[in-house]
Amino acid sequence: MLEIRDLRVAVDGKDILIGLDLHVAPGEVHAIMGPNGSGKSTLAHVLAGREGYEVTGGEILFEGHSLLDLEPEERACAGVFLAFQYPVEIPGVNNTYFLKAAVNAIRRHRGQSELDAMDFLTLVREKLGVLHLDESLLRRGVNVGFSGGEKKRNEIFQLALMEPKLAILDETDSGLDIDALKDVAHGVNALRSPERSTILVTHYQRLLDHIVPDRVHVLSGGRIAVSGGSELARELESRGYDWVREEAAAGA
Amino acid sequence: MDTPNAEVDALVRREYQHGFVTDLESDTVPPGLDEDVVRLISRKKGEPEFLVEWRLKAYRHWLTMAEPRWANVDHSPIDYNEISYYSAPKSKEDGPKSLDEVDPKLLETYEKLGIPLEERAALAGIAVDAVFDSVSVATTFKDKLAEQGIIFCAFSEAVREHPALVEQYLGTVVPYTDNFFAALNSAVFSDGSFCYIPKGVRCPMELSTYFRINAAKTGQFERTLVVADEGSYVSYLEGCTAPVRDENQLHAAVVELVALEGAEIKYSTVQNWYPGDENGVGGIYNFVTKRGDCRGDRSKISWTQVETGSAITWKYPSCILRGDHSVGAFYSVALSNLRQQADTGTKMIHLGRNTRSTIVSKGISAGRGQNSYRGLVQIGKGAENARNYTQCDSLLMGDRCGAHTFPYMEVRNPSANVEHEATTSKISDDQLFYCRQRGIGEEDAVSMIVNGFCKEVFRELPMEFAVEAQKLLEVSLEGAVG
Repeated sequence: MLEIRDLRVAVDGKDILIGLDLHVAPGEVHAIMGPNGSGKSTLAHVLAGREGYEVTGGEILFEGHSLLDLEPEERACAGVFLAFQYPVEIPGVNNTYFLKAAVNAIRRHRGQSELDAMDFLTLVREKLGVLHLDESLLRRGVNVGFSGGEKKRNEIFQLALMEPKLAILDETDSGLDIDALKDVAHGVNALRSPERSTILVTHYQRLLDHIVPDRVHVLSGGRIAVSGGSELARELESRGYDWVREEAAAGA
Repeated sequence: MDTPNAEVDALVRREYQHGFVTDLESDTVPPGLDEDVVRLISRKKGEPEFLVEWRLKAYRHWLTMAEPRWANVDHSPIDYNEISYYSAPKSKEDGPKSLDEVDPKLLETYEKLGIPLEERAALAGIAVDAVFDSVSVATTFKDKLAEQGIIFCAFSEAVREHPALVEQYLGTVVPYTDNFFAALNSAVFSDGSFCYIPKGVRCPMELSTYFRINAAKTGQFERTLVVADEGSYVSYLEGCTAPVRDENQLHAAVVELVALEGAEIKYSTVQNWYPGDENGVGGIYNFVTKRGDCRGDRSKISWTQVETGSAITWKYPSCILRGDHSVGAFYSVALSNLRQQADTGTKMIHLGRNTRSTIVSKGISAGRGQNSYRGLVQIGKGAENARNYTQCDSLLMGDRCGAHTFPYMEVRNPSANVEHEATTSKISDDQLFYCRQRGIGEEDAVSMIVNGFCKEVFRELPMEFAVEAQKLLEVSLEGAVG
């Protein structure tokens, strides 16, 4: 599904990632952990094609094709979805209208017919229940006046609607209370399938109690320092990140 | 001055030989303006004495005035003696014969705007009767309106058929002394529209389609007068989303609205005159005076405008809230792209008690456009419990454009309640990236964000107009980003 080889990324001339390798097979859930400033969000944004990140080396292959050659909207249409850490407000743009435009943009790309208002509403109702998302949010402006929890639920709701091949969740757990966290986890778990891969970018282990990953990677010093199974997350929770830094330093 | 006068005299004489209706097509007055030209215009239209006199007074007053300089716009001086003040509708031979001869770019725009095929030809300047029987359409509407006593016709026709009504109301809202351009318009106005809604009648249709088809022929100095008698209602739609071919650079229109007791007038405008090219060459100067008088108690006037065209826009649709409990509103979207300059806003003059006004202005600047909001809220001494709410938002796209706000408030009654809110924002990279990450292309994302910004204004427009206005913004902003 996703193959990252020796990825090097700089921001404003400063090296953030210096040779990152990652392989995600179809159906797998990978957690990317690491201390603040280790480049976790940089990785998420580079995958989605955000401007301002200079790729200085390496390659990213998505289903065998280079992702770096594609515009952000082309990546989205190809099946890459990013759940944002800070979903942005778009005043005056009705949330339902926005979602429908997004779903139809991707359907067009796939050669499917566009959904009309009625079909779309049916789809929305079907997905809404899973996330305990209040239907009134659909009639408001995109993320306008949403609470932190509502914004994150709305991101996962979009994930459910768009059914991407690769879902990247950037710190989706940050700022969530336990009920919202469970709903979000429930939403993500419901979407697990042999065809869909997920990358969870997170600082804390608690999300991983609810979404059990196949692999856990720890980013440190611009590359993946340690990888392991889901037990690695618990080890990090009890031991902190310092030992990873030390091991990374020793290995370099 | 001998030569032009001699020519004018010759024209006048020739006109009399052939009659002033049939010979219209071949008539053009040489450039320049004097009392004879004013008389000639009036005579060509067969106007009654009061109107000739009124035009002449306006002309004499205009001579004493200077062009206003306070607007935040910049243009080379206008030579008023280079303008021809009367030119009859262009001969059919001059215009394109069919759509094949029309600039493909223009046709492409019509296509994008979804203008019906039969209307495209009319807008492109092809003789309408060849492709579209606008006369019969207009007549059908007119008959339907006449059943209810509604008068809706060309201004010149109103002068002939309903001179008493015209004399009673003309210049009572915008006197010829009002400003430089209003004075000029009063002296030389060519034609325009007249509308009268009798007591208690609710106009059964939006006065739109008729106007749209005919808009292609409206002149340089338009004059519009809408009178809503006691307890009546009318929704009036002016303009056209399609870019209309026009060789005249200076446009100075006057619109007067009169709402008597309990009457309501909704006046919506979409203006999309040629904006000039990216270097600021060409483009229409649109210097318009629009004012509504809430003359009776509990009357309402609301202005809604979407201004995307013209090189320069100078326009302040205003309300005089004279009647007690009268209500004024102004909803505006003004876009300046390329090198367009817009100085637009409103005046709300509160005179009556318990009067209310709302102002919602959305300015969008892109390219090298300059957008200014200029508004006056005035609360008179006797205006007990007057209320005003003003919201003034600017959206910037790119870093070479400008947004400016000039709000004026004059409050002379302590019971007044005046609120002003203003914001300036940019379309952020975050917003664009968010949309693109969801599969929505950059241009679609921009138009979605801009339409969201304008939503409060668009929802004031009649439904079909709102859809057109949205498309118009999309087309006007093409290439503004990236």
